[in-house]
Amino acid sequence: MTGTAARRLLLGMVGAVVALAAVTATSIAVGSKSIPLGTVVTAMTSYNGTLDDHVIVHDLRLPRTLLGLAVGAALGLAGTLIQALTRNPLADPGILGINEGAALGVVVSVAVTGLTSPLGYIWFAFAGAAVSAVMVYAVGARGREGASPVRLVLAGIAFTYVLHGITFAILLTDTAAFDRWRNWSAGSLAAADPDALMGVLPFLAVGALLALALSRSLNALALGDEAGQALGVHRGRTRLLGAVAVTLLCGAATAAAGPIGFVGLMVPYLARMITGPDYRWLLPYSLVLAPILVLGADILGRVLARPSEIGVGVITAFVGAPLLIAMVRRRGRLPQL
Amino acid sequence: MRTVRPAVVGGILLALCAAVAVVALGTGDYPISPGGVLRTLVGAGTPATDYIVLDLRLPRVLTALAVGAALGASGALFQSLTRNPLGSPDVVGFTTGASTGALVMIILVGGGLAQVALGAIVGGTLAAAAVYVLAYRGEAHGDRLVIIGVGVQALLSAAITYLLVRADIVDAQRAALWLMGSLNARSWGHVVIAGSAVVVLLPVALLLAQRALILEMGDETARALGVPVERARLALIATAVGLAAAGTAAAGPVAFVALAAPQLARRLTRASGPNTVPSAVTGAALLLVSDLVAQRALAPTQLPVGVVTACLGGAYLIWLLGWRRRVRATTA
Repeated sequence: MTGTAARRLLLGMVGAVVALAAVTATSIAVGSKSIPLGTVVTAMTSYNGTLDDHVIVHDLRLPRTLLGLAVGAALGLAGTLIQALTRNPLADPGILGINEGAALGVVVSVAVTGLTSPLGYIWFAFAGAAVSAVMVYAVGARGREGASPVRLVLAGIAFTYVLHGITFAILLTDTAAFDRWRNWSAGSLAAADPDALMGVLPFLAVGALLALALSRSLNALALGDEAGQALGVHRGRTRLLGAVAVTLLCGAATAAAGPIGFVGLMVPYLARMITGPDYRWLLPYSLVLAPILVLGADILGRVLARPSEIGVGVITAFVGAPLLIAMVRRRGRLPQL
Repeated sequence: MRTVRPAVVGGILLALCAAVAVVALGTGDYPISPGGVLRTLVGAGTPATDYIVLDLRLPRVLTALAVGAALGASGALFQSLTRNPLGSPDVVGFTTGASTGALVMIILVGGGLAQVALGAIVGGTLAAAAVYVLAYRGEAHGDRLVIIGVGVQALLSAAITYLLVRADIVDAQRAALWLMGSLNARSWGHVVIAGSAVVVLLPVALLLAQRALILEMGDETARALGVPVERARLALIATAVGLAAAGTAAAGPVAFVALAAPQLARRLTRASGPNTVPSAVTGAALLLVSDLVAQRALAPTQLPVGVVTACLGGAYLIWLLGWRRRVRATTA
């Protein structure tokens, strides 16, 4: 990489961080209830718990924004990582069956243990996501061709159906679980609970550090398995560590905020258009661009349906699905990695 | 041999359908012996068995048979058309479209049987048309169809989620039951919807079978043999969508019957071509057996039949992907 290209990418990164800061500020300032900007600022600097507007900003919008930042960063990194590991541009937690596994976890925890607080069911969702991710990958990677894009998608569809069937069998007999499930499955940051966020944060942090640490190995892996090995990269270990990072990131994010599809699919695609194939740039860019998308979608969801709101997962699907279709149509097939 | 085997397989499957139907008619809170069921069917039953068998259980069994046949035949035509063993109404977005249409009727309009059926038919047809048009670039390539189907389904699923969250909890649960596909409490109205489609469209599908077989050889060959390719394809698609629409309107989007029935039928008959009639009979048997399982598995809790077909079908697809030596699906 030449010096000017590196400087250009660094400059772009600064721009992306500034944009992220702006979206973060907007997310705190804008919501269903109009609160003057001055009040928002004083709520942040000198919080007064007796004022309604201060409580809204401090106790609702701030945790929600932080959750959006964490979940967005996790999904963006995980998406890039899955694409690198599987060389599959379609890798997204929604398509790979992780969401349906987490959904089953939520439903089982509400139906069996009666837990209805996010803090209670988050661990079940996490476990469900992890188990289904492992199973989809194991089945998708079987056979002579290995984990080809279409095979993984089909494995994801197959497990989604089975898990969906089991989830519904429980839901139809349990109204409380059904109510919890339908709100969770819209993918919402609205129920942001500071305790739940703190609960998943360690997993997200470990996953993120692991992902960033792998960037050099992923570059070598992208050259092909043999070239990677010649460069001294341990292929099996890189794949395993990458899979661990993906499961930590996607599982924890989905457990905390519900299924938010297409972030992991769109962001790496956009980031790659800026950075090219170098994972040392691609991963940090995904880390910064994804929360912009998630917070942007969340703000849109709050503003569009005032005084109620639309779940962030619904918005990202409405933006992401047309992008996926356009991508396949324009190239005539999936972009190869 | 080649023409005898499909007929024998078809005969055996029909006999199986009849046997399971008798068992299903006798099963429930008030068990009736097979002999009692048969006596009731020929008009020699008691008033009690007449009411239970003819008014309560027969519509459900007939709906299961008709919906299974419609979905099986529709899947056979889809697979032949796309030259892809996965080309089913599930994969091309028909099912999710039908669900969205039905949900709009249940939640926003508050409609009854007729409106929900109409919503399902319109929604499914629009979604299938959208996927086909978006995937079409000279020819509707198999992989592209699958992936664009995934995209359109994701979009519609988001709409479904939004509708479910907005709805009142009672409506939402009614909608969710519909979404899974169920044969509980079917009436003669449901039998008419699914049955008339089978009676009208299955012969049409048979008439088109020869053309479908030639289309499978590729557009060039078909043209050389004098088949008007685009017209034949459109007729086949319309028939397939019509069958799927009627089945979905009567029972909701029952997963996987349309995907699995033609594949099972092909294995049993070992015949080439769309295999429409064996697929229809296989679909009918599959749905009837699944419904019996759904009724008895967790009795007295009545599962919707879609739960059973989703689990069976998903397991079947996983087996296809992982444990068969070569999967034609991925190379299509």
